[in-house]
Amino acid sequence: MVNAIFKRCCFIAAFSFSSLFLFAQASDSTGVSVDTIMRSNDKIYVVMAVCLTILVVLFLYMVRIDRKVSKKEKSF
Amino acid sequence: MKFTWWKILCILLMFFTFTAGFLVKVPYVGNLYQSIRNFFFHVPMWFGQIVLLTLSLAYSIAYLRKQNIRYDIYAAEFAKTGIIFGVLGLATGSIWATYTWGEPWSNDPKQIAAAIAVLIYLAYVVLRGSMNDIDKKARVSAVYNIFAYFIYIPLIMILPRLVQSLHPGGMEGAKGGGNPALSGGSIDAAMRMVFWPAVIGWVILGIWISNLKIRLNILSHKNLIDG
Repeated sequence: MVNAIFKRCCFIAAFSFSSLFLFAQASDSTGVSVDTIMRSNDKIYVVMAVCLTILVVLFLYMVRIDRKVSKKEKSF
Repeated sequence: MKFTWWKILCILLMFFTFTAGFLVKVPYVGNLYQSIRNFFFHVPMWFGQIVLLTLSLAYSIAYLRKQNIRYDIYAAEFAKTGIIFGVLGLATGSIWATYTWGEPWSNDPKQIAAAIAVLIYLAYVVLRGSMNDIDKKARVSAVYNIFAYFIYIPLIMILPRLVQSLHPGGMEGAKGGGNPALSGGSIDAAMRMVFWPAVIGWVILGIWISNLKIRLNILSHKNLIDG
């Protein structure tokens, strides 16, 4: 039950930001877009994006392992 | 999930570190330029290692007092995560050094001492692997772990400060000159606002990783542990 809610929350969280990409495409004509931000300041934000991506996946993986261990602990 | 709030705090602090660490305005110091931002990633990881190895020491002492195999598992896993942090620290330090000190390994006293410290803790893992008798393994490795900690601290905290070092906090007159490295005016106020949350984040992350391995290990040794 809790797992199903967790899955649903993850799903909602993952797709609730998909509109941001649409916005980025639409505002391309006005000149300020994600693209220009990413290229500013010697492209430092690219490094930030890479690090944040790694961090997101790392934490999702750790939470997953943690939940699996918790489940095993309960079954013992 | 156990200790959920600690883990959420860890995630928040790490995301804060990885965003503010790139966005905060940093001062220009020497030839560091933007690489001074490594201060939010390389240094707090070493802080995390010190905490992990201190916890390992505490559980080794607890094992010798109570002879509970659970404490031995705690000590071993904290030390192993500490080794991982140490290897990462040496690797990231080498990358940073390549572009600031001119070469990945300049035989800096702190570099050498940190490498020796990692080797001492690797010997701890080898020692554990060499014994089949679980009680004997726990006792001998607990004694070794206490010895290892009390050579580890002088190696990374005291010896590099007695000689000239490229790291900050070396003897006066060296490139990095001045001791200590982190207090007073030697670190920018804005950087301090990111640095200390980063330290807490890295410490909790290290404990979290160790906690996962400890729980797995306890599960697989369930027949040996009472309750």
